[in-house]
Amino acid sequence: MKDISCKLLVIGAGPGGYVCAIRAGQLGIDTVIVDARKPGGTCLNVGCIPSKALIHAAEEYDRIVHLASGRSSLGIRTATPEISLSETIEWKDGIVGRLNGGVAALLKRAKVKMVGGWARFCDGKTVEVETETGRQVIRAENIVIATGSAPVELSNLPFGGRVISSTEALSLTAVPESLAVIGGGYIGLELGTAFAKLGAKVTIVEAQDRILPLYDAELTRRVGKRLRTLGVEVLTGAKAKGLARAGDALLVEAADGREIPLAVDRVLVTVGRKPVTQGWGIEELALDMDGPFIRVGERCETSMRGIYAIGDVTGEPMLAHRAMAQGEMVAEIIAGHKRGWDKRAIPAVCFTDPEIVAVGLAPDEAHRGGGEVRVGLFPFSASGRAMTKQSEDGFVRVVARADNHLVLGIQAVGQGVSELAAAFGLALEMGARLEDIAGTIHAHPTQGEAFQEAALKGLGRELHF
Amino acid sequence: MGEHLIKMPDVGEGIAEAEVVEWHVKVGDLVREDMVLAAVMTDKATVEIPSPVDGEVAWLGAQIGEVVAIGSPLIRLTVEGEGIAPASGKAEVRTANKQAQPDAVTDAIAAETARGVVADHPAKSVARRGPDDARRSAGQQLYGVPVRRAEGEKPIASPAVRLRAREAGIDLRQVSGTGPAGRITHEDLDVYITHGWRTAKAHGLAQKTSVEQIKVAGLRRKIAEKMAISKSRIPHITYVEEVDVTALEDLRAALNSSKRADRPKLTLLPFVMQALVKAIAEYPHLNAIYDDDAGLIHQHSGVHIGIATQTKAGLVVPVVQHAEGRDLWGCAIELNRLAEAAKAGTATREELGGSTITITSLGAIGGIVTTPVINYPEVAILGVNKIMVRPVWDGATFIPRKMMNLSSSFDHRVIDGWDAAIFVQRIKTLLESPAMIFVET
Repeated sequence: MKDISCKLLVIGAGPGGYVCAIRAGQLGIDTVIVDARKPGGTCLNVGCIPSKALIHAAEEYDRIVHLASGRSSLGIRTATPEISLSETIEWKDGIVGRLNGGVAALLKRAKVKMVGGWARFCDGKTVEVETETGRQVIRAENIVIATGSAPVELSNLPFGGRVISSTEALSLTAVPESLAVIGGGYIGLELGTAFAKLGAKVTIVEAQDRILPLYDAELTRRVGKRLRTLGVEVLTGAKAKGLARAGDALLVEAADGREIPLAVDRVLVTVGRKPVTQGWGIEELALDMDGPFIRVGERCETSMRGIYAIGDVTGEPMLAHRAMAQGEMVAEIIAGHKRGWDKRAIPAVCFTDPEIVAVGLAPDEAHRGGGEVRVGLFPFSASGRAMTKQSEDGFVRVVARADNHLVLGIQAVGQGVSELAAAFGLALEMGARLEDIAGTIHAHPTQGEAFQEAALKGLGRELHF
Repeated sequence: MGEHLIKMPDVGEGIAEAEVVEWHVKVGDLVREDMVLAAVMTDKATVEIPSPVDGEVAWLGAQIGEVVAIGSPLIRLTVEGEGIAPASGKAEVRTANKQAQPDAVTDAIAAETARGVVADHPAKSVARRGPDDARRSAGQQLYGVPVRRAEGEKPIASPAVRLRAREAGIDLRQVSGTGPAGRITHEDLDVYITHGWRTAKAHGLAQKTSVEQIKVAGLRRKIAEKMAISKSRIPHITYVEEVDVTALEDLRAALNSSKRADRPKLTLLPFVMQALVKAIAEYPHLNAIYDDDAGLIHQHSGVHIGIATQTKAGLVVPVVQHAEGRDLWGCAIELNRLAEAAKAGTATREELGGSTITITSLGAIGGIVTTPVINYPEVAILGVNKIMVRPVWDGATFIPRKMMNLSSSFDHRVIDGWDAAIFVQRIKTLLESPAMIFVET
């Protein structure tokens, strides 16, 4: 096979990699992107997108179950629904397929060459790819490592059989009777909630003393409450010890030290994700590491000239939108533009029920920063729109400096609040003060009004609370 | 209540006007008899004007730096009783040379000439107050007021502003923001790009924006005028030659070690003066005053050597009159006396004028070459540079010798380069074989 020489080689076609390649192509850089999977990476193939599809299907199903129960006050009566999960998965795969095709078309339009296969470094300028048709050598002036991350495996619960990762959970063709979720982070809770809504008996096993330990308790309390109404059992301070000898039960050490056998069909392990730093020839390079991650500077440059790294492989937060922003930036840097990482806010969203959005500093983080802080909180229970949507649980909270009212952080919990991430992120990036948000007309009746009201509350002049 | 008017006194010598260089009082001040009210300057002498009566200052007739005609109203005092008829032009004055203050410089040869310095710095000073200075004094809550960020605090700016700054190579930490909460706006960036230094409020090495207004008055103005006229009228030719002063320095050391107790310590300058006198005897056209308006050269037989002397107030040039009539010690004694008088500010007008040729030296400071500005209307100035031990090739080997450069300027209208070179070479010969200075030929 004829060797390829190019100005830019991107390894990994996830959100970071493909955005980098598209932007580079747009800027006229001769670009090659390598991935064994269909373009879109974890996010599109086995992460964000398919999980949101499953969550949506579960919500729809749960809504009709609720109507069928006769307990709805809306006056709607219906029969008990049925779900064919295999059809749901087919529909989900259809969406993923459409997006795969969309990304491929964007890459093509940007004149990016796609090479299918696993890449492996030979040296800092050369990569070889095992493709279906043979070994392909690619030489590049610049290489971007965008190899992403993979689910962390527990040594006492290796993947296989009834122990599954999020990837398999998104392709189950039948709803398991019972499901244990190890790890009460956002991935475990999103999927656990979806399966609970689909009818599975779900138990969450979290080693720390509360779920979503990375978010403050005020935000996560609503999620815990909803899990209880869904019949999800949450074991906090509990550790999964492994499968019972017979293989039909999960042994859990509860907070009080007792060992509880949980008879479950499936064990979903979602204890986190780790950067993919093996299997692509990192040993041929001399990269400085930052713990398990590749160390990068504010321009995503690694310790080797001409080698950049972006996305999950470079550290927390392991989020697609961070990777995309890095990818765009690196493409422009390679094109000779002056760029550097200067983002103020990376929104984080949990598609739990209710959803959680967090941008910037939480109140306790802001207090730890030393300065005096003002917090304005507006509950959806006072929002007309939230009442009409039967989604009164939750709030919007704004954290600002007391001296000049500069907004430091915005959080929300509630149904559908993920869409408010855009407004929150914009406010932080623009350096908004409470007055800016309070002075912006927010359309009525929307849940977004809670954002304006929270800012007004922060200023001590709330109107609707 | 009456009024007492003080007029610009007649400071003598047919002078028609004087410059106000200092006010010691302001309107409303109570003054007592004999208190100094003002200082005025004519040519090079400064005159203090004391109050003849007790009273209150009601009016001051001039700004600092203003030139006032003799006999014009200068100060009005409100006094008890009738008041006194306008004081006559013959007010009591106390003469002193205020330009010079006692200072550390002790050797005339070490005196620094400020000629070059003066010429390099425009005498005008610009009074400008950055717009942000004015705004900053207003309250902090107003928009448009740059807000100072605390140490280490991140600048706030929208993504578009950040991108623009990055592409323009601007570190936003250096830019102050006038937007809400100190947000940096596109306009702030515009201002920074246009006037960078004026708005920069960095932590650590802060840029400064204030401009001090300094009135060019008194001696400084005299120097400025003198330098300007010299440089604008005289096409200077500067000639630099090095002189081996090893023998001269040996002689000087020997004389100093065996001198009588009542004699001053010899510096190099008296030797240079003696050599100058000797060289002028052979080339008298270098010791001259060129009246360029009249088209006349006044070639003097007496050698009156101006000695450029740095004082606290600026450059003055006391004059050793009739150097040709003084021996080495005589020159040294007169030189010391004049240098002290100049620095103490007690030199008289006579002592500060009438030179026919000038010596300037930045001696102790060092520097290998100067381009001296001629003391107009003279035709030559001799610049003395610092003595340095340098390796000199004697034909077989390098030997350490005490070397000194002479940097001299001449009025090229009346002195040809050839004559200038011959003259300097003669001085060089004399200084290198110092016995020749003292031997009658």
